[in-house]
Amino acid sequence: MNKMEYLKNRLKKTWPLYLLLLPGLIYIITFKYSPMYGAIIAFKNYKIRDGIWGSEWVGLKWFVKFFNYYECWDLIGNTLRISIYNIAVSMLVSILLALMMNCVRNKHFKNVVQTVTYMPHFVSVVVLVGVMIRFFNPSMGVLSRLIQTLGGTNRDLMGIPAMMPHIYVWSDIWQNAGWNTVLYLAALTAVDLQLHEAAIVDGASRLQRVRYVDIPAIMPTIVISLIMNMGSVLTVGAEKMLLLQNDLNRSTTEVISTYVYAQGIASASPQYSYATAIGLLNSVLSFALIVTTNQICKKLGETSLF
Amino acid sequence: MEKSKSRQSIHKKEGDRLFYFLNGTLLAFFTLVCLYPILCIIAQAISDPTQVGLGLVTFYPRGFSLKGFVHVLKDRWLAHGFLMSLFYTTAGTAINVALTYLTAFSLSRKELPGRGLIQLLFAFTMWFSGGIIPSYLLVKNLGLINTVWALMIPGAMSVWNMIVCRTFLQNSIPEELFDSARVDGAGYIRYMLTITIPLAKAIIAVLVLWYAIAHWNAYFDALIYINSKPLKPFSLYLRDYLVSQTSMDIAELTAGEEVRKDLQGITELMKNSLILMSCLPLWILYPFIRKYLVQGVMIGSVKG
Repeated sequence: MNKMEYLKNRLKKTWPLYLLLLPGLIYIITFKYSPMYGAIIAFKNYKIRDGIWGSEWVGLKWFVKFFNYYECWDLIGNTLRISIYNIAVSMLVSILLALMMNCVRNKHFKNVVQTVTYMPHFVSVVVLVGVMIRFFNPSMGVLSRLIQTLGGTNRDLMGIPAMMPHIYVWSDIWQNAGWNTVLYLAALTAVDLQLHEAAIVDGASRLQRVRYVDIPAIMPTIVISLIMNMGSVLTVGAEKMLLLQNDLNRSTTEVISTYVYAQGIASASPQYSYATAIGLLNSVLSFALIVTTNQICKKLGETSLF
Repeated sequence: MEKSKSRQSIHKKEGDRLFYFLNGTLLAFFTLVCLYPILCIIAQAISDPTQVGLGLVTFYPRGFSLKGFVHVLKDRWLAHGFLMSLFYTTAGTAINVALTYLTAFSLSRKELPGRGLIQLLFAFTMWFSGGIIPSYLLVKNLGLINTVWALMIPGAMSVWNMIVCRTFLQNSIPEELFDSARVDGAGYIRYMLTITIPLAKAIIAVLVLWYAIAHWNAYFDALIYINSKPLKPFSLYLRDYLVSQTSMDIAELTAGEEVRKDLQGITELMKNSLILMSCLPLWILYPFIRKYLVQGVMIGSVKG
């Protein structure tokens, strides 16, 4: 009784906060949670006319179909190869860059480096891929002519399947490595200066200070980014891949997300249930990966996401 | 004893000097790698087209011509797409920032009953999703396909950005301000509008930048939700011109060899201008927000 009274009192005071929260709540319930409910069509034979609830149940039919698809393991392999490659290299490069930028003593130089390395982030993927196609163009591309003058053979790099993971990852580094330093730089700025002073008094070189002061300081940020990134190991964004994909390089550029797009949206007779099943499989495995990484990080150190 | 110590410190200093030198050189190299393609983009867009055609233009302009831009602006649909993108970006960003701020403010108040549970409800959506097909079907069933709302409502808030904003508000606004506002008779809504917003300029600037980048560069949502030509954003035209090369088909429709060659030349010319046009708005916006960036992210990402 007392508790009820207390709650009533609190609500009387705080109800405007709920009013402010309402639009956000409606948004995530409609656009985040209702698609989770909609995902049950993975276990049904969804027909637009019958609706989500009215369509007939088919159990695991679509999952079985996916695993029997002859390119299933190629898709999964391509996805894992590119995303692990991407996460490893891009985290490494942006952490290194942040540590290096933090060591720069000349303020103007630091400003120039930051401003210029952030600029590629504002270029859209469409333009990025468009520019790459032009640069790699065998007849008039800047890069192709460079390869030619260095004595290499002139081929369109975008048509070589083995090159595609490298093109995907290194263009991403060009675009985002500088930008991704923001988070680490923010953590580095928060380092207590006294730690550095104490290390200097003890005779530590700058490199030693990086090792014993800077890196421990950004470790929590690194761990959090790692956990978040693990959630996307199974997801290579369809956005960029669809742009890079052509008939010549499909053997390495067909990933889970592009396949889902092709089956569920681009196709003339879209297979909604089948595509949803693959997407759901992806989501569940990603979630499991996040939780596992989180638990491992919790065991190893103090930082974890939840 | 004294001597050896000072020698050691000189060694250390020399080691540091070498370190700083290498560090600066490597950073300068990376900066040049980032800069070179950007210079190429700018140079090719403003150079004399014949020089570009001969492949003579690399990272500095040769000759000067804005012919490409004239052709882009003459194309009714391209110019229209550019304006549509400006509209999507401003209106979409306004919706994003408003929704994000309202939610973040509410969740930043520790006295909100059930706060922990509600936050979990939001955070969970970052780790698990129903997938792209159910979201697509939802937008379809809501009748948003081929409307301007399709590009603004389904992505109306990023939970990650909201959490950064919430943390910023928790860390940077002193609780005493709330107490004194209360004493003066201000409720939550007045407190939010008149006291927190002026103090949260840095994080609002960062939100504007983050959301504006996402809107200006988005093409995937438009690809799946928009078919009607008057609603197409600039990015879809860019894709047609730069990636799928359907513009060649237009050239091939015309009869004469001469005309076709001419048209191809013009398309090539337009491509460079289109690339620069799509980059410019954000490059112009960025300097205004630069000074807030690290500050906003710093306060917003450190646990409070």
